[in-house]
Amino acid sequence: MGVGIEVTNLNAWYGSNHTLQDINLNIPANHATALIGPSGCGKSTFVRCLNRMHETNPIARVTGTVKIGDLDIYADAHPVQIRRRVGMVFQRPNPFPTMSIYDNVAAGLKLNGYSNRRSLDEIVERSLKESALWDEVKDDLRKKSGASLSGGQQQRLCIARALAVDPEVLLMDEPASALDPVSTSKIEDLIFQLKSQYTIVIVTHNMQQAARVAEKTGFFLNGRMVEFDSTHKIFTNPSDKRTEDYITGRFG
Amino acid sequence: MGGDARRTGADALRKGEVSERGFQTRAFQGRTRVRGLIDSAATTAAVGATVLVVTPLVAIFIYLVYKGASSLNLDFFTKIPKPPGELGGGMANAMWGSAILLAVASAIGVPIGIAAGIYLAEFGRGTRLANAIRFTADVLNGVPSIVMGVAAYALIVKPKIGFLPFTGHFSAFSGGVALGIMMIPTVCRTTEEMLLMVPHAVREAALGLGVPNWRSVISITVRTASPGIITGCMLAFARVAGETAPLIFTAFGNSFWSSSLNRPIAALPLQIYLYALSPYDDWRRLAWAGSLVLIVLIMLAVSLVRYVTSRGTLKGTS
Repeated sequence: MGVGIEVTNLNAWYGSNHTLQDINLNIPANHATALIGPSGCGKSTFVRCLNRMHETNPIARVTGTVKIGDLDIYADAHPVQIRRRVGMVFQRPNPFPTMSIYDNVAAGLKLNGYSNRRSLDEIVERSLKESALWDEVKDDLRKKSGASLSGGQQQRLCIARALAVDPEVLLMDEPASALDPVSTSKIEDLIFQLKSQYTIVIVTHNMQQAARVAEKTGFFLNGRMVEFDSTHKIFTNPSDKRTEDYITGRFG
Repeated sequence: MGGDARRTGADALRKGEVSERGFQTRAFQGRTRVRGLIDSAATTAAVGATVLVVTPLVAIFIYLVYKGASSLNLDFFTKIPKPPGELGGGMANAMWGSAILLAVASAIGVPIGIAAGIYLAEFGRGTRLANAIRFTADVLNGVPSIVMGVAAYALIVKPKIGFLPFTGHFSAFSGGVALGIMMIPTVCRTTEEMLLMVPHAVREAALGLGVPNWRSVISITVRTASPGIITGCMLAFARVAGETAPLIFTAFGNSFWSSSLNRPIAALPLQIYLYALSPYDDWRRLAWAGSLVLIVLIMLAVSLVRYVTSRGTLKGTS
């Protein structure tokens, strides 16, 4: 089951570059939340702060609090623990190139020392079914490398890999921007199904995509969150002039 | 240039100079011909360079077969050298000695080199220690092999170091150490280069799954880079397999069977060196045969390792 995310006064820096300024936001559990905004507005940095991937860059710095469920991730927890509860799907599909399809999905569990063969088989099958890839790959799970799949299949493999560790939150950083329209619509269908079980945060450049998959939408601009509301309201009757300008295509 | 071509095209059209295809003006055709010439010139140059590189290798091999193949027989692979003046004998003990020396060398050079390479690429990036290690490795790579032999002689052959076994006299162990140290810089630097080529996205994928950094480095990054790392190890192995100079002061050579790390041991390069400089025709023929065998054995060892390590590779692995 997904949990809600509470972000209070979040600030983030890359070196001296203040990329996120005073972000306050409540992301509801078991819904899809879209983050839109022009390139460089800080939306990717924001999702990377939600699983503490931001700080893997040595020059990065964060202040403020992020609570995932009851867990204050910057105060009470080790980054490794958090990333097991908060899965992430990246912009470009990044399967482990030397691993089979099976091993890619099982990687998160195996590398954390989980080795019960029977339940691994079950988890791999369940995850691949959840990511709607099972029927396409079930015959060569151990024969083919993850890198041999098509781009869209690779991205669904990455989603299966993230789901296999049973996260509560799924972060998706422009998951369809490197894919063709058919694969994109498959990923969107998937998000639709997954949001009953997981809290999903999706960064996207594609406003139609935000409108299609998300109940809530946040608009970022120059490192600040300009507006956060129901997707319907943002796209039909935004309260901020800048949001309106952006979604009507006047800039960005 | 595009605008130019269009203008020329229009001019040509007006003057009725165009060929069947409207855009193919004389100027266009001329440029195309020049490009074609440049293309074939570049291709010829590349093929020529390749031939130039491969020719010496093939020539050496053919010459070795021509000079050495006739002296190869079962005795060569099963017998030890005969005393001077007696015909026949073989280099079985030298092949066995080389195998032992290379095993010791690899046991020292490969783990240290790989560990150092992992440190340089993954943990020490940008630190002063890493820069110092990288510089040292590059200098070590340039140290002449005879100097390495003298150094090993001065450090572990001449002095007896406390209770350390194998020290204080010529030994197979000291030869292995000298060769192993020579392997370290090649293994270390190729490991570093190969690890740096692993895409950042792959590391992020592992970290994003909640895998601790050390685990991600060992199970994901090193594994992804392993074909390149293995190639580096094979390069280092092949290089030291033919070294003679470092062994003169350490392994020393031996005309009899020996498997002990504690005693002097024979080695193919040493035996070839000894026989090639001898006044006996029979020995000089054996030296040619030995050279041929040395090259073939190195090729076999490299192909075997490549075969064994590529067996587990999956379909479509990039």
